[in-house]
Amino acid sequence: MSESTILNLPDQSTARVPKRNFITAEDGLLSWLLTGDHKRIAMLYLISITFFFFIGGAFAGLIRLELLTPQPDLVASDTYNKFFTMHGVIMVFLFLVPSVPATLGNFLIPIMLGARDLAFPKINLLSWYLYVVGGVMVIATMVLGGVDTGWTFTTPLSTHYLNTHVITTALAIFVAGFSSIFTGLNFIVTIHRMRCPGMTWFRMPLFVWSNYAASILMVLGTPVLAISLTLVLLERVFGIGVFDPTKGGDPLLFQHLFWFYSHPAVYIMILPGMGVISEVVSTFSRKRVFGYTAVAFSSVAIALFGFFVWEHHMFIMGVSNYSALVFSLLTMLVAVPSAIKIFNWSFTLQKGSITFETPMLYAFGFMGLFTIGGLTGVFLGSLGMDIHLTETYFIVAHFHFVMVGGMLMAFLSGIHFWWPKITGRMYPEAISKLAAVVTFIGFNLTFLPQFILGYLGMPRRYHSYPPEFQILNVMSTAGATVLGIGYLMPIIYLAWSLKYGAVAGNNPWQATGLEWQIQSPPLTENFTEIPIMDHEAYDYDWLEHKTKQEVTTVG
Amino acid sequence: MTEHEQHFHDATNVTNPEHGSHHIVTPKVYAAVFVTLLVGTALTVVAANIDLGLFNPIIALGIACTKAVIVILFFMHVKYQSNLIKMTVGAGFFTFLVLITLTLSDYISRAWGLW
Amino acid sequence: MADTIATTEPAAEHELHEHVFVPQHRHHFETEQQQREAGSFGMWLFLLTEIMFFGGMFFAYLLYRNWYYDAFVVGSNQLSLPLGTANTAVLITSGFFMALSVWAAEVRKRGLLVLLLVLTTLLGIVFLGIKYVEYKEKYELHHIPGEHFDVSEFVNPAAYGITNEKPLPPDMAQKVQLYFFLYFAMTGMHALHMIIGIGLLFWLIARARRGDFSAGYVAPIENFGLYWHFVDIVWLFLFPLLYLINRHPMK
Repeated sequence: MSESTILNLPDQSTARVPKRNFITAEDGLLSWLLTGDHKRIAMLYLISITFFFFIGGAFAGLIRLELLTPQPDLVASDTYNKFFTMHGVIMVFLFLVPSVPATLGNFLIPIMLGARDLAFPKINLLSWYLYVVGGVMVIATMVLGGVDTGWTFTTPLSTHYLNTHVITTALAIFVAGFSSIFTGLNFIVTIHRMRCPGMTWFRMPLFVWSNYAASILMVLGTPVLAISLTLVLLERVFGIGVFDPTKGGDPLLFQHLFWFYSHPAVYIMILPGMGVISEVVSTFSRKRVFGYTAVAFSSVAIALFGFFVWEHHMFIMGVSNYSALVFSLLTMLVAVPSAIKIFNWSFTLQKGSITFETPMLYAFGFMGLFTIGGLTGVFLGSLGMDIHLTETYFIVAHFHFVMVGGMLMAFLSGIHFWWPKITGRMYPEAISKLAAVVTFIGFNLTFLPQFILGYLGMPRRYHSYPPEFQILNVMSTAGATVLGIGYLMPIIYLAWSLKYGAVAGNNPWQATGLEWQIQSPPLTENFTEIPIMDHEAYDYDWLEHKTKQEVTTVG
Repeated sequence: MTEHEQHFHDATNVTNPEHGSHHIVTPKVYAAVFVTLLVGTALTVVAANIDLGLFNPIIALGIACTKAVIVILFFMHVKYQSNLIKMTVGAGFFTFLVLITLTLSDYISRAWGLW
Repeated sequence: MADTIATTEPAAEHELHEHVFVPQHRHHFETEQQQREAGSFGMWLFLLTEIMFFGGMFFAYLLYRNWYYDAFVVGSNQLSLPLGTANTAVLITSGFFMALSVWAAEVRKRGLLVLLLVLTTLLGIVFLGIKYVEYKEKYELHHIPGEHFDVSEFVNPAAYGITNEKPLPPDMAQKVQLYFFLYFAMTGMHALHMIIGIGLLFWLIARARRGDFSAGYVAPIENFGLYWHFVDIVWLFLFPLLYLINRHPMK
């Protein structure tokens, strides 16, 4: 590790966290539950998604434990089906979709734009309550006996063959979907309408751009999920036949509608993470993001192309060969804007003054793991390879590389990066670096073997397997243990830092974003006077000039 | 924040192309639209009762689309709104068309010629 | 633009760039115009989600109509054209009064605004009433999809005194059920939106009577109008698609 750091903390003997800030503004539980402040709602989201992350993680642990041995010895097949369904439902709908947008996005987007709040504070709060209602319904499902459709609710399995709590879960996702719609709607209106004077589109931080792209997907995609789940409910309750072949319906119609949302949904999950990486890479290499415009537009391009590729989830399900060919080609398109991002981040690093603080370590993890995840996605998008690899552990490894290796790394990177801004205190640097490294090692140990397993032909969603696969599965389970420790560590030291962390001051990273020019934690109204944006984003010369001026004025 | 303190809200930011001017549409326009919509409905029913083969659904949908566009432009004031709103409406219908055309590409080519 | 009046009272122009605190003005907006534009933009984005929500059902309709055209024709001709047409006219009129309400709010006429909103609501209720009559008939004829669905009328129309329909083969007759499912799902979802809208209208009427919207604050009326017109537009498509598939099957 490099000895040098850009960390610039105030003198700890005199520094204090400002007495007046959004946390201390009002007291009492009710002041939090009825708040309209985007920062407080972000905190509510942060607590609730962390809670669900650990529930989803516990199911992942149980899955890995069962797969330790080839025999189905820990749980019955039905129970195992419930494990991976609950894991998928919780992780996808209650963690990954709201993770960065609803926490960091909620906290930062108004500040980055120089606004006092999101456009619709009450709708923002409503979105959190809808999330909680959805979450409680998922927990109710779990307590009542679970659901075993897989997170995809594939018909006719979900409508005709299973006797578990499909209805409760589908309603839960329906409700949680509206939470996501309202978040996206709020972001789009805020970004269009609430920018401060001088904040043109191409002066916005790339974090805002990527959240904007994700919001478009939330608004346009999620309602299609809502209607497909509504139809599943009606099919199940009334037997209306729309997905029932015996009555003339087509089960594949469900998959078309479901994946019309759920493919863009993976971009809802990853795009805000890419925004975090843009901020972190720029700050810790002290350079403007290389090709700012290209990175900004690549987010929008990913959002747009995201709507043209969904059928690649259905290649072996009986869709037409001709259209599968078209969708296979269209799938390759998405690789282009994703590659633009990776290349531009790499060029940002080139000749930058790179330092290796924790957020940067996670960001490096993201870049490597996302590249592997993305490239294996290209394998899966090619028609011939997909026939061999789909429904095996190769798929499992691929999307965990993108979602866990990519998104979760980005989420942790962002949490560490903005922790001083959110709480006013630093996290402990040494142990958090250790956690980043442990996470990276644990992750690779867990999911690299799964690529090999899948390539050798081990199918997903079974709880027993031929004994020759055991070594790789044991490696994977061992890795999952390490990964689990890597995720528990931040929870502990971040909680510790709330009281004992070093006082961070306004701008510990010497970053350029508007959020770093105000006090940490911010005031409820963010800015005492609405700022004027008079420089480009990531303008480190401007920052240096400003700091010099402040020193001369004060001194 | 010292250097920002002297500024007020920037008027130029309010009059950028994303903002539309605000108009009040008069009852006369609404009445004209109303009559057009009723006539359109009557036309739809009349046309449906004449056997035109393939053109029956085309005419019916053509009239429905025209009526919808009129409602969007006048009752919903999109004609007088900013380009942003116009693009937003366009984006919605565009995504809907993507859903339809790409899904149909599967169904049509599954049984080539039998559709 | 002879048909429109621009709101350019000099006072309003002046107010634009200063903080004038009117009761409806939320603290985090710089100007009232910003608030109004944000509101209507937000409403439009919400309507986009509605387009996509109904879009899924419209696609299901398109698919099954092409697969089971004969069944859809028979199902469609079970619906009452006079009632459907009357309902279309009722809804268009309701939309017309809604549009006039926005105007009444803009020109700050409280009594007129309340009257127009009441008329909008009444016609909305009339629409639902006619819909109820139609649904009830379907229930009595066992045309509601599910266990009690009865196909005999479609297999042997002559026995039921229907002379202008071709009999369907039994497997195609089963598919009429899909038509009726889509009919109930689409019109039911539309009616649900109407019911929500009427609920909101009651709230708006109460506030309009209090004079909330006759002092220059028209955003809630305007945004609700967008919603109400959107619901109209859905019906403008549902009517030809569900009622008028093929009204002369014997030719």
